[in-house]
Amino acid sequence: MATVSQTLACAASGADVSAGRSAADPHKHTTSPIVTGTSVVALKYKDGVMMAADTLGSYGSLSRFTDLRRIVTTGGYTLVGADGDYSDFQYVQDILKELEVEDACVADGITHSPKEIWCCMARILYHRRSKMNPLWNNLVIAGFHEGEAFLGTTDKIGTSYECDFVATGMGLHMAMPILRRHWKPNMSESEARELLESCMRTLFYRDCRTINKITFASATKKGPSVDEPVEVSTEWSYQSFVDPKAGSDTGGSW
Amino acid sequence: MLPVEWSGEEWTGLDGAPGIVYDLGCNIYSPDGRVFQIEYAAKAVENSGALIGLKCKDGVIIGAEKLMPSRLLMESSGRRVHPVGMHAGIAFTGYAADGRPVVNAARQEVENYHDYYGVDMPPHTLAERLGHYFHAYTTYGGYRPFGLTTMVTSFDEVTQEPFLHMIDPSGTQFRFHGAAAGKSKQAAKTEIEKLNLKALTCAEALKRISLIIHTIREEEKDKPFVLEAGWITADTDWKFQLVPKNLRDEAFEWGKAEFDKMDDDDDDDED
Repeated sequence: MATVSQTLACAASGADVSAGRSAADPHKHTTSPIVTGTSVVALKYKDGVMMAADTLGSYGSLSRFTDLRRIVTTGGYTLVGADGDYSDFQYVQDILKELEVEDACVADGITHSPKEIWCCMARILYHRRSKMNPLWNNLVIAGFHEGEAFLGTTDKIGTSYECDFVATGMGLHMAMPILRRHWKPNMSESEARELLESCMRTLFYRDCRTINKITFASATKKGPSVDEPVEVSTEWSYQSFVDPKAGSDTGGSW
Repeated sequence: MLPVEWSGEEWTGLDGAPGIVYDLGCNIYSPDGRVFQIEYAAKAVENSGALIGLKCKDGVIIGAEKLMPSRLLMESSGRRVHPVGMHAGIAFTGYAADGRPVVNAARQEVENYHDYYGVDMPPHTLAERLGHYFHAYTTYGGYRPFGLTTMVTSFDEVTQEPFLHMIDPSGTQFRFHGAAAGKSKQAAKTEIEKLNLKALTCAEALKRISLIIHTIREEEKDKPFVLEAGWITADTDWKFQLVPKNLRDEAFEWGKAEFDKMDDDDDDDED
């Protein structure tokens, strides 16, 4: 702790106080995430919206937590999935909980629609980045309300859009091409599930910050629900997986 | 400055009338130790509809007689029973406009507590905080005490039961088995004492409350009122819930019919 006199001397001279940060230093905000989750993938299908995310919380490259839930339900119609900083997502969940309590207090039986929650989240994330203190998340908001599926996303600087299918983080690079090629309107539940699994499988193969323990969630006319985590099937007998160095001079990489 | 003079023996109003100055603000006591403004606030409550709270076998219910000064009013407006969190609700009688800031204060307290401690606010803490809020308005010259009596019900996670508290304009709060406030509260208390609260369910209590309200409002029975109620019961998963309209309507009609029967019997006796 810098003493008052040290701090004053520091402020006067502009010198650093060896004991640590002084009051004269500029205020610092979050400039990087700590415990992080990776991609969230979601798509619209015939009955509503389906979403998937793994359960890993990475501490840098360390697989620190292996059973985190990164998709939650809120307000009776909506799923919210998040990648990025997990504690920031927990803060987002607190906000969502407060919205639910507010709705319950009005007690008119009406709760926020998925689109309202998406817009609200985008405003909050944009507001925080405008204070140079962002919440370090990509949020995917999906829901089914009044007979219509909704899917939207917002990033940590508040850029937001609606879409038919979405992937965040590494998924933008590796799931999006799969979705673009194979997604079509009015897919059946099994088709949608198969496509999502294919995305998650590819991400598990290629993204270094995943585990094969994946929560699938859906929002349909029956309401939003998040399943318990499952494994997707994997195939490791491909020659290049078995003997990655065979006949190559790439030093062991694929 | 209060308009007072020192007569040489005691403080009086400017017109020389003794005693009268002690009710002009709640920052001074009268010589016999009363704060008149608080008593006037309590008087204001007695001009408002009845409020009845019962701690029953399976939960707590609060019912309110919402007087409708005009038939043009929407039935749902001017609500007297309010949720203030998932596990808590409050109801008030008195000046309706005074109720608004109290409801907001309760909601903020409940939200902040949950933010800080991650658990629902315990009932006695909520009642205490609201009691403090009421009391603060009885200690400053520039303020007027709330013209409200408020009942608080909320679920205690530790003892796994809902509590019933009542707070009066002075800020005192107590925990009750059964409580009544507002117009004819004495008559209502007498009726409540006849009930076996340990055996009564909230569903039955709703009807009883309806009957009590119909019974005690004889004088103004032509003035329309709406029966409002909120409860925390095992059936609501210990969440606070405004009692649905169909149940309230049913209870209203039952109470009215029972009262009419009793009334007819009385008339027969007189004949």
